[in-house]
Amino acid sequence: MTEPRKPAPVTPVLTKTWLSPRSWTLDTYTKLEGYTALPKALKASPEQLVQLVKDSGLRGRGGAGFPAGVKWSFMPPNEDKPHYLVINADEGEPGTCKDIPLMMADPHSLIEGCVIASYAMRAHHCFIYVRGEALHCIRRLNAAVREAYQAGYLGKNILDSGFDLDIVVHPGAGAYICGEETALLDSLEGRRGQPRLKPPFPAAAGLYAAPTTVNNVETIASVPFIVNGGSDWFREMGTEKSPGPKIYSISGHVEKPGQYEAPLGTTLRDLLELAGGMKDGIPLKFWTPGGSSTPMFTAEHLDVPLDFEGAAEAGSMLGTTAVQVFNETVSVPWAVMKWTQFYKHESCGKCTPCREGTYWLTQILERMVAGNGTEADIDTLLDVCDNVLGRSFCALGDGAVSPITSGIQYFRDEFLALCDKQKAAPALAGAQA
Amino acid sequence: MTAVQEPKKLEVPEGHVTLVIDDVEVVAPKGELIIRTAERLGIVIPRFCDHPLLDPAGACRQCLVEVEMGGRPMPKPQASCTMTVADGMVVRTQRTSKVADKAQQGVMELLLINHPLDCPICDKGGECPLQNQALAHGRADSRFVDVKRTFPKPINVSTQVLLDRERCVLCQRCTRFSAQIAGDPFIELLERGADQQVGTEATSEITALNKTSEGKEFASYFSGNTIQICPVGALTSAQYRFRSRPFDLVSTPSVCEHCSSGCAERTDWRRGKVQRKLAGNDPEVNEEWICDKGRFAFRYATAADRITRPLVRDKATGELVESSWTEALRMAADGLATARDAKGAGVLTGGRLTVEDAYAYAKFARIALRTNDIDFRARAHSDEELSFLASSVVGTTPENGVTFTAIENAPAVLTVAFEPEEEAPIVFLRLRKAARKNNTAVFHIGQWTTTSVTKTSASLLACQPGGEAAAIEGLATHAPDVVEALRKNGAVIVFGERAAQVPGLFSALTKLSAETGAKLAWIPRRAGERGALEAGALPTLLPGGHPVTDAAARAEIERAWGVDEGTLPAEPGRDTSAILAAASNGKLSGLVVGGVDPNDLPDPALAREALETLSGNGFIVSLELRRSAVHDYAHVVLPIAPSVEKAGSYLNWEGRRREFGTTLEGTGALPDGRVLDTLAVEMDVDLFTQTPASAAGDFARLPSVNDSSANGSRPSMLEVPAAQVPSSLGGPSALLATWRQLLDNGSMQDDEPALAGTARPVVARVSESTARALGLNGTATVSTARGSITLPVVHADLPDGVVWLPADSGDSTVRATLGAGHGDIVTLARGEAS
Amino acid sequence: MTDVFDTQTHERAEAIIARYPQARSALLPMLHLVQSVQGFVSQAGIAFCAQKLDLSTAEVSAVATFYTMYKRKPCGEHLVSVCTNTLCAALGGDAIYTRLKEHLGSDTPDGKPLGHEETVGTPGESGSVTLEHAECLAACDLGPVLQVNYEYYDNLTEDKAVELVDALRAGDKPAPTRGAPLRDFKTAELELAGFFPEDEETYRSTVDAPTAAEETVRGARMAADNGWTAPAMPAKVAMPEVQKK
Repeated sequence: MTEPRKPAPVTPVLTKTWLSPRSWTLDTYTKLEGYTALPKALKASPEQLVQLVKDSGLRGRGGAGFPAGVKWSFMPPNEDKPHYLVINADEGEPGTCKDIPLMMADPHSLIEGCVIASYAMRAHHCFIYVRGEALHCIRRLNAAVREAYQAGYLGKNILDSGFDLDIVVHPGAGAYICGEETALLDSLEGRRGQPRLKPPFPAAAGLYAAPTTVNNVETIASVPFIVNGGSDWFREMGTEKSPGPKIYSISGHVEKPGQYEAPLGTTLRDLLELAGGMKDGIPLKFWTPGGSSTPMFTAEHLDVPLDFEGAAEAGSMLGTTAVQVFNETVSVPWAVMKWTQFYKHESCGKCTPCREGTYWLTQILERMVAGNGTEADIDTLLDVCDNVLGRSFCALGDGAVSPITSGIQYFRDEFLALCDKQKAAPALAGAQA
Repeated sequence: MTAVQEPKKLEVPEGHVTLVIDDVEVVAPKGELIIRTAERLGIVIPRFCDHPLLDPAGACRQCLVEVEMGGRPMPKPQASCTMTVADGMVVRTQRTSKVADKAQQGVMELLLINHPLDCPICDKGGECPLQNQALAHGRADSRFVDVKRTFPKPINVSTQVLLDRERCVLCQRCTRFSAQIAGDPFIELLERGADQQVGTEATSEITALNKTSEGKEFASYFSGNTIQICPVGALTSAQYRFRSRPFDLVSTPSVCEHCSSGCAERTDWRRGKVQRKLAGNDPEVNEEWICDKGRFAFRYATAADRITRPLVRDKATGELVESSWTEALRMAADGLATARDAKGAGVLTGGRLTVEDAYAYAKFARIALRTNDIDFRARAHSDEELSFLASSVVGTTPENGVTFTAIENAPAVLTVAFEPEEEAPIVFLRLRKAARKNNTAVFHIGQWTTTSVTKTSASLLACQPGGEAAAIEGLATHAPDVVEALRKNGAVIVFGERAAQVPGLFSALTKLSAETGAKLAWIPRRAGERGALEAGALPTLLPGGHPVTDAAARAEIERAWGVDEGTLPAEPGRDTSAILAAASNGKLSGLVVGGVDPNDLPDPALAREALETLSGNGFIVSLELRRSAVHDYAHVVLPIAPSVEKAGSYLNWEGRRREFGTTLEGTGALPDGRVLDTLAVEMDVDLFTQTPASAAGDFARLPSVNDSSANGSRPSMLEVPAAQVPSSLGGPSALLATWRQLLDNGSMQDDEPALAGTARPVVARVSESTARALGLNGTATVSTARGSITLPVVHADLPDGVVWLPADSGDSTVRATLGAGHGDIVTLARGEAS
Repeated sequence: MTDVFDTQTHERAEAIIARYPQARSALLPMLHLVQSVQGFVSQAGIAFCAQKLDLSTAEVSAVATFYTMYKRKPCGEHLVSVCTNTLCAALGGDAIYTRLKEHLGSDTPDGKPLGHEETVGTPGESGSVTLEHAECLAACDLGPVLQVNYEYYDNLTEDKAVELVDALRAGDKPAPTRGAPLRDFKTAELELAGFFPEDEETYRSTVDAPTAAEETVRGARMAADNGWTAPAMPAKVAMPEVQKK
């Protein structure tokens, strides 16, 4: 692991304009050097832009961290079929709250990124799939798209480059699974949002079976800055393998929750300092590094560098850098139960392990939290998790078991304590109606 | 693990890869799924959602295996039903991998947590993949102690298919079948997650409040397949539900008796009664599918009006009375001999005979009645058709003619005067598969965008009814792309029985085929027509296909039959219409009828007149399964066996012999061939058709037009000019387009209310502008001098001045009521308010 | 019976279809459109979409029942969605939801706590409110949160939530913390379908309604206050050299 270079504790790039009045308007955006990257990009070749993003080391901000430039390079160089760029703005992972403020505060950086990325991938149609509940984002994006059309940043022959692009803001309708890129594509095609078989991968057969790239909002919004600043500049922040700034969303039991854009590799200790420490001084008990699907951490992990490698080496994942902080007043089995209920509600139903597993796990946890659990239930929980992890069709199943396995790993005693009532009458274990 | 040094190198053909499954090295074609490769090695990986004819889903996760690629184990077990083989791959199934075994056990347990323990009352119990898998590999007890998911029992997803949602394992076989194979997404997955369930709009929890209109209507002709491929007891049929246990049934391979596809079936029966029919697996013909008619329409054979005893007309009362076989046969023989010796007797066989039975009729006509007056065409027919059958169809086989497989692999298919989904549903499925999987370009010359057109992604070339021949002749001018497509190697032109109603169509098709090289496929609607053609149940053809005018062929047959030289009549006989005309004019004295409904004939009135005449002044012998329209006129009625009670073979439209044995033995019912054989003996003639086997043997000894080295003996095709259709009729006159729907008034669908519930609505179709011009709102009345039919109107993209009616559905009995057919002029007016 | 969907709705459906290269993509926004008319998705709405898109009603039902935002029962004038996912719940979201269930339920004929997606008052009438618990609404730094017609009300307490629904019941429309001035559920659904106020002033008033929560800009403000910045961008940036293909 490389020592992260830290220019400053907070490095506003994406969030820099958010303080400006009416930051969401074209007027403000252009005054703050918005749409200055676009003409540069349109003068370069698509290959150069792909190379630039590869060089920058920008990794997908939606959770998986796949190198964006590499993903772009999977798009075929020909245009035998129309190419599509689809923006995943279906933010819904519990704890995650970065894309929605970004789209509300600064929709134009996303749109400028869309134009550049579409040009780089030879797409003439771009869809922004926005979570339906994020109505105000949809409103602001629509307004921004309108402004961009009027200003000639969208439509035919953009800035006299000969490049055409249309953007459609598409509303979701309430389904967490649509954050999975192939489920999102099915949903965008007007179907149930259930994940598709891969291969074929979207770059080969995505939207309408045509070459498609799906990127997260934050990823694409970073692109104009990379075009303006260059890859070396981008790499001045973050680590060798996880370069760049990242919006850390700190929520829960801290004094000053909020959005803190800091270089990748920042630790929770640093973040807690920024966020004014634990609320009312009540000690930290557990936290998620990047949403509920990333196995939880404890106070032991305060110094884990929150980049893709650091989080993984410590046994979790960086995810969406949605840092949810829970203090000692919160019961781990209860929190795990709540998350499991969420996954049960959001399981798409396609595959057996996720559909049936979350159904079963929820019932066991609810029973345990109600004081009707047994020690055997803990073993059953872990074994069912084992039968779901890596067995389900998509990553939702894996995410669903993360809170349970990590919760039991760090807080087994708390689960055991819930079984006390049942210890007195072991003969009745599991016999209740 | 590194690759094992293998001293013996397996031969690896082009396009193949080598991999190792459970330590066995195997060569597999690129693109093959691991689960199939394993199966070829005899390694069965358990599965539920996987089905070889459906696109992979990877949904149930039961088939997980461990996979190593390039020496690196993949981090997660992989679904062997979705992953294709690759060179150097190492696969470990449940037999050699603890991880795979544990994964499969885990999935099995998860599948069972919400599955009811109602196997003892479940139709699937005893033949249930889930039950078998659970017994073979599952845990003895369950760790699940919480609350199972339940649903109210059962719901109808159609009149025919019932769904018990709590049994469903959500493998999506049924929904994938409906969407992919049939193209009828009438059932779908509803809800999400643990609440997910199969259903329809009607079963969903969506309130019907304010409903004023319908979406696309759905009544699938193939829904029964979803029951058969359901790996649990979630889908059951209204017909079979709770009737039997699989282990109490005897299963007999059989062949469908309905259409000319000749589908392989399995008939399950018990105590002398058929309980259900299932699709057999025949990759060359029906793959693993059958239509709902083939599956559910079998109770006609046990209908209340089934005839089991011979009947003779009592001279005193004029009523038919039961008699002994001896008396009935004696009377029939005497009557027919008298008729023969007077002005002669003709034979109408109907289109549903086995090859062996048709052969018996053909031989009976030639040597017992000494006539060529025989015709199997109990429907509209023409000399042109006869000429076409003789010159281009008889004698063709899957080796030299068009096949199901040829359709699937064709670069282009043109269908004309043929509605695949209605007339030959399995041909439709193959055509859809061709379009879906092989991008076959499908062109349809017809009147409107039917379901056959949309579901085969066909291009409609619309023409007026009766204008099909002109349309074919105009292709080069108006649609040169179609002609170009038909020039591609393997292109096929398909047409059906309706072609006989369009003068010049066979001629035009023959020319088009000659010009483009596209092969012609005649696909009749009824199961027995192709076999009857081969068997010589036609006025111009001998059994084996040689013309009756071919002296050498006649002589050879006479020798084979052991009859005197010159016994066989040398002049072509009369066709169905001519036989009936002769009978009504007193030019024919007798008739042997093997299942003809006058209402199927071009002129039902003429048929009735003929029967009426012979009833008084001639002699009629009717061979009947059930009381037919001929019954009331017949002098002698001889009962015959339904297909399930006899052996034999059908020749399907490909010319493929579809042999089947007797399913229900010892019912006492006799095949037509046996009855005719005995009748012939009474007339001092030996047919040697006592059994289907002997009939087949006798037939096989005859010269076949197919054996002839030269085509010299095949008559050339009659040239008939294309019919000219008036371009616009104006006023209330309209051209009638009509054909039969798969599920209709046909008597072989009697006694099946659940099946009838999935028939298509009985409506008249006209273009929107014609409807407007004639003020047709709500209903339309179509009339001729004979009568009128009033039906609800539905708009479709028909040419103006054309009305379409289903030929024999509900009140729309076109021949019987209007005495008209496809291409005839009718009067179209606003229907009387009903 | 007359069509529940008027000419304008038919035109809007056509306009949605025109946005996409393939018609079926219009289905999700069209179902929102259906809700903007009926306040929920009924079989009439299913048939409307099926007809417009040449789908079977089973296909449309399959989609309509998959997504949480499509309601099967008529919604009230307002839809109140309380986040009860773990973090909000721990911060008080569960208590808010329980309190609202009881509080709104006391206003129903049977006085029982309101269930999930149940309504107090009569749908279609002013002051009717449908209550639901929602999954994470992606405003965790502002938790506990709820939405009314998908506009955010942040940093709530039980009392503030009760005050809010009381105002809604009384026919008032308190301004959201983030989002456009409150209107009603059907209008929100119309905007989701992509149809916004036509006159510019009203339109801008919805787009420009204040949204800058302190939490959102906390990092940026802290940086500004402390003079922290990202590294300066170089004056000139050259595009990487690539081999021409």
